[in-house]
Amino acid sequence: MAEVTETPLPGVGVRHEFTTAAGERLAVLSHRTGRREIAVYDRADPDACTTVLHLSPDDTRTLAELLGGSPLSEAAAGVQRLAGVAIDWIPVRTGSEQVGATIGGGRLRTRTGASVVALVRGNDTLPAPGPDETLESGDVVVAVGTPEGLRQLRQVFEA
Amino acid sequence: MVIAAASGDAALAFIEIGTVALVLSVLARLSARVGITAIPLYLLAGLAVGEGGIAPLDVSADFIQLAGEIGVLLLLLTLGLEYSADELRHGLRAGVVPGVVDAVANITPGLLVGLALGWEPVAALLLGGVCWISSSGVVSKALSDLDRLGNRETPAVLNLLVIEDLAMAVYLPIVGAIVAGRGASDTITTVAVALAAVALILTVALRWGDRLSALLAPATDEALLLAVFGLTLLVGGLAQEVQVSAAIGAFLVGLALSGPVQARASAVIGPLRDLFAATFFLFFSFSVDPADLLDVLAPAAALALVGVAGKLLSGWVAAQRSAAARGRVRAGTVLIARGEFSVVIAALGAATADGAELGAMTAAYVLITAVAGPLATKYADRVAVTAGGSPAPNRP
Repeated sequence: MAEVTETPLPGVGVRHEFTTAAGERLAVLSHRTGRREIAVYDRADPDACTTVLHLSPDDTRTLAELLGGSPLSEAAAGVQRLAGVAIDWIPVRTGSEQVGATIGGGRLRTRTGASVVALVRGNDTLPAPGPDETLESGDVVVAVGTPEGLRQLRQVFEA
Repeated sequence: MVIAAASGDAALAFIEIGTVALVLSVLARLSARVGITAIPLYLLAGLAVGEGGIAPLDVSADFIQLAGEIGVLLLLLTLGLEYSADELRHGLRAGVVPGVVDAVANITPGLLVGLALGWEPVAALLLGGVCWISSSGVVSKALSDLDRLGNRETPAVLNLLVIEDLAMAVYLPIVGAIVAGRGASDTITTVAVALAAVALILTVALRWGDRLSALLAPATDEALLLAVFGLTLLVGGLAQEVQVSAAIGAFLVGLALSGPVQARASAVIGPLRDLFAATFFLFFSFSVDPADLLDVLAPAAALALVGVAGKLLSGWVAAQRSAAARGRVRAGTVLIARGEFSVVIAALGAATADGAELGAMTAAYVLITAVAGPLATKYADRVAVTAGGSPAPNRP
């Protein structure tokens, strides 16, 4: 990650700046009121800004969502790590031993501790599949468990 | 009988005040359209309705005077509200050298001109203060209107404003005490009392500000407005009692409020401040005789020219480490505008022997710099570009 410098702006708020990988100098101004400005520095006069975008608190959320890595999803990821719970998407490949087996028959949870919480089949999602559900080639298994349990489950499907 | 007479007066006063407020509203819109501060226009309006003006007010003068004095307190309160204790500490660390340069370069011309005009030393000292302090209101508005908050020189400019405002917390009580003092020993006593009072309020504000803010935090907007308004007037009044300027008491109340209460207080007090502050500027020039203004126009213009140079130097020094030549010129030009503080300082000296001339001089000085400053800073960059300061844009 680029180095971010922080400058207090008395009476206004705070400014964070960094240089992008392409060499553009960029600043985000956080007003105390919650308003944000994004400023791009002028290459000819590096002390001044060429472009300034004015964002309301709502605009800021929209932009953060579009750029990804929104504070909300990062917070959710943090909660998952704290609880020691992980989620994984595991494809059922043609030729896997599990093709044609039922979820219950494979005794997946007994062997790995991870639970299958959904199956993605083509465009459909089967939430909370029963133990009698048969796995087909091309399915994607959505499983929840400990990171270790999920690693073992992956091995089962790769066998 | 009494009630009838009073209501007759009240009706007249309503008509006068209402008309004046409507005129000020038109002026505020006009200034927003042109992109300058409304302060010079308010001052012109005050000249028109004052003594010797074209439409002198009759019955509402007393009300306007009191409202104007409340306006000063609210102006200073919101100024104190703008800064948190952390920002003040940071500003002090970063800005002592530019602060000293700024003070010396800008106080000296005013002081010398005052003495040269044969004024009392205290009036000359006040004129020095008038020339010294940039208008925080005009400067921060110009920075945000011209999209310069991101600029490299801007933190230096804002820090200088913080330093000037803090310097005011010491300067105002000192000159206030000198104005009030009679004889040398008396003056020394009042100055000492004033400084002790400021130190006391400042300590209370910084140490127990958090607790005060916590106390006010659960209040509804209505209760908060009344509490902040009441506290400001109360502390201001008490400060005035011990010869510290009431304005400084109000400023320190603003400093004491912090955190979420600070933001809410600025929001609820803002409209009230606009109303009373407009009245203050009106009242200030209300007491200036237009004939006096014409007399001092030439020295005021010369002083303003020196004042422009002084602020260019201040900005150049302040932005030394953060920006190159063009940024440093921008920092200087944006600081040119003087405004609310200059008027507050001159109002302190209204009762002195040279008060009338000081008032006229200040009105002219603020009129010139508050109009010239924003224009100068707007076009400073273009002048630099046409002078060959930058390579052609869009070069492949």
